[in-house]
Amino acid sequence: MKRRALLSGAALALGLAGAAHADDPTKVGFVYVGPVGDYGWTATHDAARLEVEEHFGDAVETSYVESVAEGADAERVMTQMALQGHDLIFATSFGFGPDANNVAAQFPDVKFEHATGYQQDHENLSLYNARFYEGRAVIGHIAGHMTETNTIGYIASYPIPEVIHGINSAYIHAREVNPDVRFRVIWLFSWFDPSQEADAANALIEQGADVLMQHTDSSAPISIAQDAGIYAFGQASDMSEFGPDAHLTAILDIWAPYYIERVQAVMDGTWEPQDIWHGFAEGMVELSPLNDAIPEDVRASAMELREAIASGEYHPFTGPLNRQDGTPIVGEGEVISDADLLAMDYYVEGITAELPD
Amino acid sequence: MIRLEKRPTPSRWWTAATPVLAVLLTMVAGGILFAALGKDPVAAIRIIFWDPLFSAQYASYSRPQLLVKSGPLILIAVGLSFGFRANIWNIGAEGQYIMGALAGAAVALAFHPMEARWLIFPLMVMAGALGGWAWAMIPAILKARFRTNEILVSLLLVYVAERFLAAMALGRMRNPDGGGFPGSRSISGYPSASNPELIAGTGMHWGVVAAFIAVIFAYVLLHRHMMGFHVRLLGQAPRAARFAGVVPGRLIILCMGLAGLLAGLAGMFEVAGPAGRISIDFGSGYGFTAIIVAFLGRLHPIGILLAGLLLGLTYIGGELAQLTLGLPAAAIQAFQGMLLFFLLGLDFLSNYRIRLNRAEAA
Repeated sequence: MKRRALLSGAALALGLAGAAHADDPTKVGFVYVGPVGDYGWTATHDAARLEVEEHFGDAVETSYVESVAEGADAERVMTQMALQGHDLIFATSFGFGPDANNVAAQFPDVKFEHATGYQQDHENLSLYNARFYEGRAVIGHIAGHMTETNTIGYIASYPIPEVIHGINSAYIHAREVNPDVRFRVIWLFSWFDPSQEADAANALIEQGADVLMQHTDSSAPISIAQDAGIYAFGQASDMSEFGPDAHLTAILDIWAPYYIERVQAVMDGTWEPQDIWHGFAEGMVELSPLNDAIPEDVRASAMELREAIASGEYHPFTGPLNRQDGTPIVGEGEVISDADLLAMDYYVEGITAELPD
Repeated sequence: MIRLEKRPTPSRWWTAATPVLAVLLTMVAGGILFAALGKDPVAAIRIIFWDPLFSAQYASYSRPQLLVKSGPLILIAVGLSFGFRANIWNIGAEGQYIMGALAGAAVALAFHPMEARWLIFPLMVMAGALGGWAWAMIPAILKARFRTNEILVSLLLVYVAERFLAAMALGRMRNPDGGGFPGSRSISGYPSASNPELIAGTGMHWGVVAAFIAVIFAYVLLHRHMMGFHVRLLGQAPRAARFAGVVPGRLIILCMGLAGLLAGLAGMFEVAGPAGRISIDFGSGYGFTAIIVAFLGRLHPIGILLAGLLLGLTYIGGELAQLTLGLPAAAIQAFQGMLLFFLLGLDFLSNYRIRLNRAEAA
């Protein structure tokens, strides 16, 4: 208790010092779960950080710490950022949730933004997330058309709702155009592990997959697909340089507009806590340029699907949908609720794989 | 001509001087690395070694954090040092650490929300120790009975423990109020089970206390007790050890068990304190880093204590250097690697003498 008092005292002193020098740049800190060179999740956040710097010039000062483990390490890094006078801290991984909340409690004057989480216990902490499943619907559609073996390989990270509803979304839209399609899923229990991802890609190819999807962050599966002469989809950023022929498209995470908006809000003193979940419509999810290998008609129908989702005319989880065991999720024409999507711990009907316990 | 001459006994002077020299050489080589990256080397070294301890701005926070970070490293490394001295290579402390944490957390979660600290916390400590011990017994018994390679078995069991951890975080131990997200409920926030800071502002928690006790205990055991003698004997002269009545199988079980027990304790104190809960990524490599700490400390309890603190300092200072100078994390890891490299490299000087002599006429 005493330490908390001490820390918030320090924070207060720094806050006052900050107010005294109005010309001081706004300090923005980023906590990354992976290395900035992962070409995936962390790379997209760091690209957005650089855009923030470019946009505001001398008015901001950004810093980051990479490869931070969740728990005590993340809490320490965020506390040090707060003690060094950061005004806004982006905690860019699901696992940083409890830590961000703990530090937010101790530094009421510092603003916190937590990506893809759910825990929001304090007035100075916001949540933000992207509707990646919208992008997965479109790549599922493309994959359904492109596969010749009717087998799609999926490299999955952890069986958490975000990953599970991503698989479901891709499957639903692959099956829509190709009723014979089968999904093979390999769980890695890691977000970033190039060698394991490569092994998984090879194993999936051996099982007959001719299109790969991944919910892990390295570009290794793209390179494997290129060598094997099959197709794959990039994750988080455009990975086409690792497999120009294999890379059909990538689901892009576009964080910069949101980050710039939130930094501006801190500068203007208008920052308020919120809980947002943005997709195609707001530009937080996007697709990289489609590969020429995709036939013209598939390209057109994929873009049509993208537009329908962006305009809100179509939701990727529209009924009738059943669970794997046949129990209904939503009825004809109904749309799943966000709450149900965020808690999804089951496969939809038709997927023959089993979720790990 | 430069000639190497083996010393009859390791030089005491060099044994004491090499750690200091290694740190100095690391600073110089690290400074060159940082300069090559376009950063001010003097500032970087100052931020890594000095600021966490003495900066007016944040030392009051980072100094106690040093204990939080070093505590589990020291506790695990002390346990490992017994086996390493006897040439028993337990590489799987990370797995034992995870299993200890799971066992401790299981007790806490089973009793939740009952309030009975006098019962629950001691039970958790026992469960944590037992969990780590039991996981270490698998490679130990396999080695003692069937002569399997304990390096492979203990290492592979780390991956099994990691999968088990993920399964627990996603399944049996998942927080029922967490909206379907993985991870257990807060254990540090459950008063009967938490491992809090004992004296405010010091970073001292029961795990740090246990680490200090382990250091003293290990010192006494190694230097004043028959078992310590047997451990050293088995490592240095296995045949002689057998004549002295050492039963290798028993010693394997004992050393591995001790390492597992301490690693399990470290995991349990971590999950109830600084980490606060079971999550998929709970294992953050303490068990592997502790191997480095054990060797940096030359398998000596006091050495391990100092090495743990030094490595903890480079972690905390390394984060500060990333924050303030924008040094990449990989540069910090390379820096930590240099430390080990120089220390082991310089060990050479305590065992060998370098002689310069002119080529003699034939």
